[in-house]
Amino acid sequence: MEVITARNLVKEYHGLRAVNDISFSVHRQECFGILGPNGAGKTSTVRMMFGFSPITAGALHVLGWDVTLDAREIKARLGIVPQENNLDLDLKVLQNLLVYASFFNIPEPQARERALELLDFFGLSDKHDAKVDHLSGGMKRRLTIARALINNPEIIILDEPTTGLDPQARHTVWQRLRQLRSRGVTIILTTHYLEEAAQLCDRLIIMDHGDILDEGTPGLLVERHVGAEVLEVGQGAVAADNLLKQFQNQIRGHLVVGDNLVLYPLNGRELLSRLQDLPQQFDHYLLRPSTLEDVFLKLTGRGLTE
Amino acid sequence: MSNPLRMDISPRVVKVFRRHLTVYRRNWKVSLSFNFFEPLLYLAALGYGLGVYVQAIEGLTFIQFIAPALIASSAMFSSAYECTYGTFIRMEFQKTFQAMVATPVSMDEVSLGEILWGSFKSFLYGSVILFVILVLGLVASPWALLVPVVLLVSGLLFASLSMIWIGLVPNIDSFNYYFSLVITPLFLFSGVFFPLSGLPAIAQTLAWASPLYHVVNLTRGLVLGNVGMHLVWDFVWLVVVAAVLIPIAIHLMRRLVIR
Repeated sequence: MEVITARNLVKEYHGLRAVNDISFSVHRQECFGILGPNGAGKTSTVRMMFGFSPITAGALHVLGWDVTLDAREIKARLGIVPQENNLDLDLKVLQNLLVYASFFNIPEPQARERALELLDFFGLSDKHDAKVDHLSGGMKRRLTIARALINNPEIIILDEPTTGLDPQARHTVWQRLRQLRSRGVTIILTTHYLEEAAQLCDRLIIMDHGDILDEGTPGLLVERHVGAEVLEVGQGAVAADNLLKQFQNQIRGHLVVGDNLVLYPLNGRELLSRLQDLPQQFDHYLLRPSTLEDVFLKLTGRGLTE
Repeated sequence: MSNPLRMDISPRVVKVFRRHLTVYRRNWKVSLSFNFFEPLLYLAALGYGLGVYVQAIEGLTFIQFIAPALIASSAMFSSAYECTYGTFIRMEFQKTFQAMVATPVSMDEVSLGEILWGSFKSFLYGSVILFVILVLGLVASPWALLVPVVLLVSGLLFASLSMIWIGLVPNIDSFNYYFSLVITPLFLFSGVFFPLSGLPAIAQTLAWASPLYHVVNLTRGLVLGNVGMHLVWDFVWLVVVAAVLIPIAIHLMRRLVIR
């Protein structure tokens, strides 16, 4: 069942197109990723889902409601984790959750019970009387996610949930998100970390310059665009053209990145041994499993972080 | 685009107000003492200091003349500060609005909550001054009990005016101009320190356009017991102007935040 449907969705800011006529849908209980570099239109897309940005054209339905007409109904059933922490720095940890719960008209005793449960789930039980300002970056993020769950949302939307966190804090967040998914919460997340997308998402769209470049499961996307393995060749003095001509029957595609030649072999091991048999010297070879980053590179000709 | 003045307001606006109250309860002592310190300085320096050299105005000593007007001006300053710097910090630096708008609270409720909060500050700080001048024996009439009502309405007006400024010039440095071009001239030429009857006719006409002029008429009239129909008209003036400014402020804030 589809919980979010976007049809020919457009977002323009003062005539500049941030989201360019995109269509996609999110299914119940999946983790849906929107992968793309900064400025791809990811944040604009999710902001439209909760009415923070009015849509310019097209249609967007969340849980059957139209975002332009029923924002309140929608927001009552969503949990939002924005890119920038916007916790109430003036309030203590528990108070943050209680005040937020009041915006949903959740009665205080129920809110308190739910808040304590969430603080426990996110490992913040001993912090409930701490000032938010004194928490570490990872803790603030966990608290922001806890806050987004205060209304028992059917869908939680996370905009770059782990940007700026150290690897350990990032893994803690991922672990909690996986647990949430297994409890049946639909998760939508935007990210420019391919590892995050690969680790968490059941299905994703890849965006760039406001367009959707492709959509599918991480495995399917890798298979469709680059195959299981890539062979990187530090070509040194050897001209890429010659190599490509020589091996054109053994590869399904290639990409030149600086002086690195990335080949998408039909059979990685065989191609590697053929390369090693050549008289030319190469700076290095690397045969490795393909990742979403290779997909992104292939689709856009540049990396995610560039 | 739908009618820009159509507003999306529900009783949830109370939750926004309560959020501000919850935050304020954490530091109200410091905040309150700072805010009433300044009018006290004015009273001491101008009333007791300068006042010695000033002849009676309309049969009143200088301190009797300015004390009730300082209720009005400090109330104005408190809502103007709250709904420029306070509002802007919540919007731009703390991203509080963004957090609230992600819940079933609407942006219009966030803005109205800010205006109500600014009005509450006006009520609170003005009432503190009223209490102080009462203790100093400068309140002559029980009509003064109506002053807090005036402060609430004047608070709505100045809060909206300040947020209209944010909506038009959303930049923290611009607030200096707001205070030096709008608030301070109002403070100086609305009859707080001298009666406008001595000024040329043109200045008196201009003063009629000053919201603070009407607030000062009301606080002074009520504190001194000079009540009459003229005060009703001052009050109506404030209510009408506040009622016009509130939806404009809400509209401009929506335009600023929801993009």
